[in-house]
Formats: sequence, C-alpha cells, structure tokens
Amino acid sequence: MSSVRVLVGTRKGAFVLEADGKRNEWKVDGPFFAGWEIYHVNASPADPNRLYASQTSGWFGQQVQRSDDGGKTWNPVGNAFTYEGAVGTHQWYDGTPRPWEFKRVWHFEPSGSDPDVVYAGVEDASLFRSADGGKTWCELPALRNHGTGASWQPGAGGMCLHTILFDPNDERRIFVAISAAGAFRSDDAGASWRPINRGLVSQYIPEPDAEVGHCVHRLAMHPSRPNVLFMQKHWDVMRTDDGGEQWREISGNLPTDFGFAIDVHAHEPDTVYVVPIKSDSEHFPLDGRLRVYRSRSGGDEWEALENGLPQRDCYVNVLRDAMAVDELDACGIYFGTTGGQVYASADSGESWKAIVRDLPAVLSVEVQTLP
Amino acid sequence: MIRVVLPAHLRALARVDGELSLEVGDAATQSTVLDALEARYPVLQGAIRDRVSKRRRPFVRFFACERDLSHESPDAPLPSRVVAGEEPFLIVGAIAGG
Repeated sequence: MSSVRVLVGTRKGAFVLEADGKRNEWKVDGPFFAGWEIYHVNASPADPNRLYASQTSGWFGQQVQRSDDGGKTWNPVGNAFTYEGAVGTHQWYDGTPRPWEFKRVWHFEPSGSDPDVVYAGVEDASLFRSADGGKTWCELPALRNHGTGASWQPGAGGMCLHTILFDPNDERRIFVAISAAGAFRSDDAGASWRPINRGLVSQYIPEPDAEVGHCVHRLAMHPSRPNVLFMQKHWDVMRTDDGGEQWREISGNLPTDFGFAIDVHAHEPDTVYVVPIKSDSEHFPLDGRLRVYRSRSGGDEWEALENGLPQRDCYVNVLRDAMAVDELDACGIYFGTTGGQVYASADSGESWKAIVRDLPAVLSVEVQTLP
Repeated sequence: MIRVVLPAHLRALARVDGELSLEVGDAATQSTVLDALEARYPVLQGAIRDRVSKRRRPFVRFFACERDLSHESPDAPLPSRVVAGEEPFLIVGAIAGG
C-alpha cells in the first residue's frame, strides 16, 4: 500500500510526518536540528530516501544536512556557498548599492534523475548547484550577471531565490523566482537567463510593468504541462501558457489576491490551490477564517474550501514554500501555518484536518508519495 | 592543551559532549585555536567565523578569564591561564532573538 511522508521545516527544527495511503493516522518524528531554522526539506525524486535540509541560524550560519535513509538519520555536507567572480552589487532597501552576500538557503530542488544533483536557491538571490550530493556547491553566475541583477532589491523577507522548477521533459530548462526581482528562465541549464515578467503589473514599483522588480511569491507547474505556470505574486494570481513569455491575471473572484503559497493538483493540471491572505500589511486570512481557494478551470473562477479549517479567530499566515500535494488518488493537499499547524486534505481539498497543531511556525512543507 | 567550550548548538553540530581539548602549539591565539577546532571538526567551518575573511560571526563571542576577548586581534596571544589549561576558552552564542 502506498504511503506519504510529509517533510516540514519550521522556525525551530524539522519534522517528518508519515501515514499510510489512507492518511488518517500520522506518526510524527522530530524535531531534527532542534532550535535551528529549517527553511526547507526536500526529497530526491530519483531516490526517495535521499533528503536535503537547509539548517540556518542567525548565530551560526548555514548548514546543509543530508539524509540517505528517508530522514531517520542525517549528516552535514557542504556549506561553502561562494559567489563566482566579481561579486558586484544589488540595491538595498534604500536604493543604495550593496554587495551580494550569502545569507541562507531558502529552497532545495533535487534533480529528477540523479539524487546527487541538487540545486539551491539562496539569499542574496542566486542559484547554486551540487553534483556530489551537497558536498560542494558551484554558483550558476549567469543568473546574477545576466544584466538586471544590479537593480534587484530585497523583499521584506530578504532578497531570496525561493522557487526552482525544472521542465520534466528537459531539465536544462529551468524556471526560478526571486523576491523582489521576478521570474527568470534558462533554456540551457543555467548558462544564460532572461526575465520572464511580461504581463505582470505591480503598483508598488515606479514602473508597474517593468522588466524586473516584481515581488513574485511563488511559481507552480504541473509536470504534464511545463509551459503552463501559475504564480502567486505579492498581489495578483497569474498564469502563463507559453513558458513565461506572457502572463495574464487569473485572480477572478478571489476575495483577496494577496498570498504566498500556490500549488497544482497532482492529476488535474487545471486545478489550482491558493491561500488568500488579507493584504501585504496584514498577513493573515480575511475575517479570521482560514480558507483554501481552488480553481478547477485554471484560474478566474475560485471556490472556497473551509471544511475542517478554523472559521473564526484564525490569524496565521501560510508562507510561500508551505504547501504541497501528494500523488495519491484522491490527491492529498497539505499546508503549514505560522501558528504551527499542518493541515491535510485526503480528498483534494473537500475536507481538512490538522496532522499536528502545535509545531513551531512552519516555513516549508513538502510531500513524498512512497510505494 | 587549550580547553574550549562550545555553545550547545555547536556541540550538537560537532557531536561532542562537554569541554574539548585542543593542541595548538606554542602560539595560542584565537586564530590558531579556531584553526585547530575547524581542522578537527570541519562541520564548524563557517559557523564561528566567516570561511573566507575569517571574521567572527556577529552573534558569536569569545570569553576567557572573565573577559570578553571578542574584539581583540585574532592573532593576539590568549591569556596565560588559557594557554596553561587553567581556564577554558569560551565560544558563546550572544543573547539575542527569541
């Protein structure tokens, strides 16, 4: 019987939640790396026992932890993230130039075919790659140096590269997103990049339709349609059907189109999930009601999913990397909150229940579907 | 031998219990102690000081003999009681955050 393993990164450690395919009874392991911020834990699609965790601390910096047994045991691997060549500058919050400086890994995206190949999205925004299971890391500097890097500015959470998506048909085609620079695409394994932000409109920048400067919070893709991307921008939910050449807004009837997380149903490429958040100055759900919104039409038309979610006095946030889907039938949807709850739906969002309620603030959620 | 005390998070990272003893030769300084520490426990590279510049991380402090040595030159000799093994060299996580 299939099972699922949910990998949870929190402000104070990592947790591994496991259940069989019914997804009713959960076993909770952790905290791993107790007391450290775990920005992300992710698994290799090529070897489900191979996991990578980003362990960070304002005191002691960055560690990369690797598990080769599905999260039971962990060992530190390489933590040297050195920018290639002349470091250069980006813009600071006040518009002054500031040298690029490594701060932390926000996101790991392992290769679909080789468990030793893994990409890291980091703050200050750049993309690194390891081909030896995380022991050594090399920057793909063409992203930072493609031409607009000097104009990038950090979002409120830092200038982070938080999303990495591969075209499953051709892993040389890579999509990344950076707060607050925008989305970028490489068609040659990271050797060259270009911004893919046409159609985005952001009123919080001087030129609302500028080539870069957009605070993209998250991108999502269904593997069967790698040219269709969904985006939760700072404000606005967006969609492209041509690999980012042109975006259009699909916020439709959402009660607010601010938010962080977005994901796609495992078996229905046009079924999309978001968690609307009240505003950029009030990072919690509208009216104290935690509701996931689902579109079954690829956007524009959205329905509220609230069965089992708190519908009063709920003022948590759901961060950009804190939503994931499993591949079972029916598709399971998972998200974590800054209040420490991890909610799961085993029926594509119709009903929800909390797997755990009292973890530290959840930074990231990933799900593995195991045979 | 230089006695070194790590903060709890770094003891967990290096998988050590209690106090450490490090052989650093005749010239015991912050730099030589940290060189010896990182050589024995490579996982601590970058956790106490920057890998490249060797500058102390901002929220890490060095104490010994009831003195804060954090702002002393990394190449200054450590206090004689630390060199003699009578007092430990304390690596401390600053009180900050929540």
